[in-house]
Amino acid sequence: MADLHFLANPARFRRFSQRVLPGLTFATVLGFAVGLYLALLQSPPDYQQGETVRIMFVHVPSAWLSMAGYALLAALGASLLVWRHPLAALMARAAAPVGACFALVCLATGSLWGRPMWGAYWVWDARLTSMLLLFFLYLGHIALSRAYDDPDRGDRAAAILALVGVINLPIIKFSVDWWNTLHQPASLMRLDAPAIHPAILMPLLWMAGSFLLLFILLVLVRTETEIDRRRLEIADQNA
Amino acid sequence: MTGFLALLSRDLRLVWRRPGDVAVVLAFFVVATVLFPLGIGPQANILARIAAGVLWCTALFASMLSLDRLFAADYEDGSLDLLLLAPWPLELAALAKCAAHWIVTGLPLAALAPLLGVAFGLPPDALMALAATLLIGTPTLSLIGGLAASLTLGARRGGALLALLALPLCVPTLIFGAAAIETLMTGEDLLAHIAILAALALVALATTPWAMAAALRQAGE
Repeated sequence: MADLHFLANPARFRRFSQRVLPGLTFATVLGFAVGLYLALLQSPPDYQQGETVRIMFVHVPSAWLSMAGYALLAALGASLLVWRHPLAALMARAAAPVGACFALVCLATGSLWGRPMWGAYWVWDARLTSMLLLFFLYLGHIALSRAYDDPDRGDRAAAILALVGVINLPIIKFSVDWWNTLHQPASLMRLDAPAIHPAILMPLLWMAGSFLLLFILLVLVRTETEIDRRRLEIADQNA
Repeated sequence: MTGFLALLSRDLRLVWRRPGDVAVVLAFFVVATVLFPLGIGPQANILARIAAGVLWCTALFASMLSLDRLFAADYEDGSLDLLLLAPWPLELAALAKCAAHWIVTGLPLAALAPLLGVAFGLPPDALMALAATLLIGTPTLSLIGGLAASLTLGARRGGALLALLALPLCVPTLIFGAAAIETLMTGEDLLAHIAILAALALVALATTPWAMAAALRQAGE
């Protein structure tokens, strides 16, 4: 934790991110080059799903990252409320739209996959519905953090919301699972019915790693932008 | 405890002197519910099937609608600053405000819903279940809505933002509240659903006052 406290100073964070960004960008591009080659060209089509299985290589990593992103928001919210780290607020502000975008990508690719597989763009399946609710929680966080004239108030209100949301997410997930089993039988085909074959698993892991790098890259760049924006605002007020 | 009761009775007295505020919320509940048969059509079997879900959703909207003034009046006239300075926990003050909100909206909604249920053709035991689930579920709505109200205090476009924050968090209560009435048709255990609703209310009771107090403190800074 001591190392993370070290980064709480925006100027120090900037120096750190400036040093890390070129290598990170290179690694992300390389990861996507290999991952996309493996996912789109190298891996075999699924015996049941055909070529549409390739949607999964985008769908599954974005689902993972949208969930990890909300956990990140909650961790940043806690460190803002406990230690009043100025950087935590800026990073939460930067990370929330990125997480929301991954949730949206997950929903969009899921519905494109669902059309040929399930015969409908949208099914009221428990997993789809809880992802949709996660997207709404992201929207609430984004809207709340930008709803105040004083940005500090928005940051702290959004931090409280992120903590409440992370407590509620398991409850929401559980109740949506219950709701779905009550209303319709679990007749839907599941990706994870058979253990995933290595030929599919390898590209999936490559893509997941690349998406993780992309997520970190986007959050770092956006955090730098937020630091610059806050500096400009302060300079404006002083002028 | 005296502070809690004093604040509760003050809020109830304020509502008592202006009963129109509550009447508007209840009127909204009735009108919004009546729109569903008009939109969907008067087939009795469909209406009886959707009644529980419709009544739960409109009760949820009605209680959201009344929440944006929960702390706003105190925030504007400075009473909130006095509550912040008061020598007793702010968590209790937030809880008292939510309790007052529940008494003036949750209770009447639970009492009114069975009457509307009759119009939807619900059988008598379903009417009882509807009133019982609303009675146990609406405290959760008041608490979660109170949290959203304290978070949006002083924000631009507060009302719509409040609903955006609170509605996703209210999903579990909605699911179990509406599903409880369905158990009467499928023969499942109604008490299990009511127990889960009570559990959700207790979780909200144990967690939201702290979050509300934190939000009110930073609103008062």
